[in-house]
Amino acid sequence: MTFLTALASKGSRVAAQRPWPRVEVDAPTWREAVVGLAAGEATLLGLWSDGQAVHLALCAAETAQVLVISIPCPARRFPSVAIAHPPALRLERVIRDLYGLEPEDSPDRRPWLDHGRWGLRQPLGVPEPASAAGDAYPFHAAVGAPLHQIPVGPVHAGIIEPGHFRFSCNGEAVVRLEERLGYVHKGIDGLMRGASLDRAAKLAGRTSGDSTVAYATAFASAVEAALGLDIPPRAMFLRALMAELERLANHFGDIGAVCNDASFSLIHAHCAILREHVLRVADIAFGHRLMMDCVAPGGTAVDLAPAGAQALPTLMRTIRRRIPELVELYDSTASLQNRTITTGTLTQQLARQYGAGGFVGRGSGRAFDARKLPGYPPYGDLRFEMVVRQNGDVDARVWVRIGEIAQSLALIEQILERLPPGPICADHPPAPGQASEGLALIEGFRGDVLAWVRVAGEGTIAHCHLRDPSWFQWPLLEAAIEGNIVADFPLCNKSFNCSYAGHDL
Amino acid sequence: MRKLLLESLLKAPLTEAPPSPDDGALAELAQSLERASRRRLGRSLSIREVDAGSCNGCELEIHALNNAFYDLERFGLKFVASPRHADVLLVTGPVTRNMREALERTYAATPDPKWVVAVGDCALDGGLFSGSYGVVGGVSAVVPVDLHIRGCPPTPNALLKGLIALVDE
Repeated sequence: MTFLTALASKGSRVAAQRPWPRVEVDAPTWREAVVGLAAGEATLLGLWSDGQAVHLALCAAETAQVLVISIPCPARRFPSVAIAHPPALRLERVIRDLYGLEPEDSPDRRPWLDHGRWGLRQPLGVPEPASAAGDAYPFHAAVGAPLHQIPVGPVHAGIIEPGHFRFSCNGEAVVRLEERLGYVHKGIDGLMRGASLDRAAKLAGRTSGDSTVAYATAFASAVEAALGLDIPPRAMFLRALMAELERLANHFGDIGAVCNDASFSLIHAHCAILREHVLRVADIAFGHRLMMDCVAPGGTAVDLAPAGAQALPTLMRTIRRRIPELVELYDSTASLQNRTITTGTLTQQLARQYGAGGFVGRGSGRAFDARKLPGYPPYGDLRFEMVVRQNGDVDARVWVRIGEIAQSLALIEQILERLPPGPICADHPPAPGQASEGLALIEGFRGDVLAWVRVAGEGTIAHCHLRDPSWFQWPLLEAAIEGNIVADFPLCNKSFNCSYAGHDL
Repeated sequence: MRKLLLESLLKAPLTEAPPSPDDGALAELAQSLERASRRRLGRSLSIREVDAGSCNGCELEIHALNNAFYDLERFGLKFVASPRHADVLLVTGPVTRNMREALERTYAATPDPKWVVAVGDCALDGGLFSGSYGVVGGVSAVVPVDLHIRGCPPTPNALLKGLIALVDE
């Protein structure tokens, strides 16, 4: 019996959740799960609350079997997960910030998203009025005679999202980096409560703007799972087409930006041109450059425009023609390689422990891609390879992206060849009458996005939690930068390209 | 690398003809942009971008302004790394409560004369996120705004139209 099957047998199954089981467990079983997580028996997929219970999503490493265990919290407390498994730390700090549920024996009692600016505490639990003057935030100390601190942000020098980085340095070398995030917390979990499906889908699509297709698909898939809704084959293929276009656009942006942060602007300029080509074709094909609101529960909101079907093969040819010379340039420029190779190395052990997704995990040998396992249509019918590198440095993360561009091109070509005719959206069923729950794991360009929804009987969203892949990547950036020089931080940061908005919610 | 550079030299530029300034933007700006300050600054403005709570969608399209198709710098507009070097703050997002002070301090650090351009539907009134405990509202709820550029996110062309109105007479 596998670890997850054994866990599942010790709880009582909650009938309402699909497609993966959710079981309610007692505190000893919860602790057993935490010990198993720490021992590497399973990977942490998510940890969230709905105010009444805390839910822990687990994934078996080999089979990608998924299980959610829930612990009811009538006493407003739950046993800490992070006490044995550090990847859960920020997630459980958030549960306390938003819902006021106390993680017992948690190793870090500092608030995370709550900066003391909201004018209330526990906004989604039992709100208590509070000062909005802002809390002091004690950073971890790094002690030693020659050390100095460099505070950076929240407003950064580039056109990027806000966050604070506190560097403790010994001369040029970074001894410790500590992140402080939460600046763009908009309260999406709260806004989702009671929202109509349409409004909730719009919110999900604006959780992290660069991954709007991935988020909209994750949200829609979770809703469809909850309602038992089958979507038309054409919609599955269109979603995959949009997802691969989104991956292409972002990977071009990232490769260019990494090179730019190594002061090699030529590749940046050419990648920006390719990215623009992709966005223009997305606009022609689906009516929006970033494809916002194009995926909707039940299928897609728009069909592929005839002009888009014509423009896509041309785009594929353009990209295929330009890629080899850019890759050769990247590979043969010693000054650039000098910056990226052996810089910002993330160990395989940490990538595995944190369940890091996307190019961060796959650049450090973690062969996980939600399109393969657990898998979702139409990817089971399409041929593509998972791109994995072992070195874990900035260079490895660049090469994973380069490899994935080739895979996305191949996928788009297969999708265009096999795009089935027919409707693009299933009819919405009548309100289900009773609450139902759905869970989905969708591979965005950055990694796997987890979506959990509880649809109320009248068809509105009772609760929705969206977990960005960055939750398990941001903490690893702190580890990867250690011992590197301060000037290489932008390079390392860009190679991770974690989301601030998706993380801050 | 030489081959790539040479090819780029020989090929026709990708940069496209500029769009005409947005009429609505010109009207909105007429009140705040005096001729005197225009003369003083010439046709060149430095822009500091501030994400005050956006989903990052607006940032992606603002980034696109620097690519070869839009080439923002040909209009004398360029992005700078510090508010102390800026004439214009380009602010995105519904302003979150956690970013309010950072936005106020960035505004205070920008020398006069200065203008604020609010970018995106969220920056207008908080958009989809208005009413949340974590959100103050639109940009004008925190700092005075001279120009709004609508869109979710605004396309690079819409951004160009608004920004050209800033430097065009």
